[in-house]
Amino acid sequence: MQLDVDGPAAPPRSNGELVFAEPWEGRAFGLTMALVHGAVLDYETFRTALMERIAAWEVAPPPGEEFRYYRCWLAALEQVLGRAGLVSPDDVLRRSVEFAARPAGHDHRHDDHDHSH
Amino acid sequence: MTDVADTVEPAIDPALRAEALESLLLERGLVDTKTIEGFIHTYETAVGPMNGAKVVAKAWTDPEYRQRLLTDGTAAIAELGFKGPQGEHMVVVENTPSVHHVVVCTLCSCYPWPVLGLPPSWYKDPAYRARVVKEPRAVLAEWGTELGPDVDVQVHDSSSEVRYLVLPERPPGTEGMTEEELVGLVTRDTMVGVRKVQAP
Repeated sequence: MQLDVDGPAAPPRSNGELVFAEPWEGRAFGLTMALVHGAVLDYETFRTALMERIAAWEVAPPPGEEFRYYRCWLAALEQVLGRAGLVSPDDVLRRSVEFAARPAGHDHRHDDHDHSH
Repeated sequence: MTDVADTVEPAIDPALRAEALESLLLERGLVDTKTIEGFIHTYETAVGPMNGAKVVAKAWTDPEYRQRLLTDGTAAIAELGFKGPQGEHMVVVENTPSVHHVVVCTLCSCYPWPVLGLPPSWYKDPAYRARVVKEPRAVLAEWGTELGPDVDVQVHDSSSEVRYLVLPERPPGTEGMTEEELVGLVTRDTMVGVRKVQAP
């Protein structure tokens, strides 16, 4: 496949930097905005949870782990959806485990991501 | 695989968790794929610092627009068609030879999306957020922005109430350039205030 640097398959860049470092970050962002747009989620409630998550990471950064903004974002989203009774943490975990058990070669929507951290 | 109850968050790969969350929300009819992808596409392609650059270039070339921009940032930016989430309460601060403004969000990542797109990773980084408040001159110097002791440095903390955009100084030697040409000089970093606009 030819490398597409300018066309629709090119990774999005803003002043040379990728807007989303990994595809799942874009999904988590799009999902959040779609929920806000549909009035399922209040952005300020989400933002408050995001601030809490960021503050919690900063108070006790896991040794050797660099700050990953969208991990905080995703955790905040799960938290507010859980508290609103829309999706429980157990539901997310069970579905994640199901997805993890898919056979190798399954057509994952997300790309291979970095397992080094 | 460890027990369900005590592994809610870090044990599972975030890509998998995001996918799981999305599939559950889709099943429950709380979102639809088209809307999700519409937002991703918009912020990956259509919204970014090129919008803010147009605002700045217009302010440099149209004194009345500049005045409107400094008086009511939200309305003046909307004149150019830039509005939407995180653009509701815009305040534009003007850099001059004697005052240099720089923007941060100390608590999270508040940022004027309609004019700058989504924030870069350094803006969200704990180091920038803490240090630019405590030692702005040192942080700016690391960006190559050396300011004399006579320049007043003002750090603005963006929040849900106010989102700041810096109107950078128009560099000397650009007097003959058109508004369209000036747009190309204005970068994201200059509108956050960590750099100055350079003449071509």
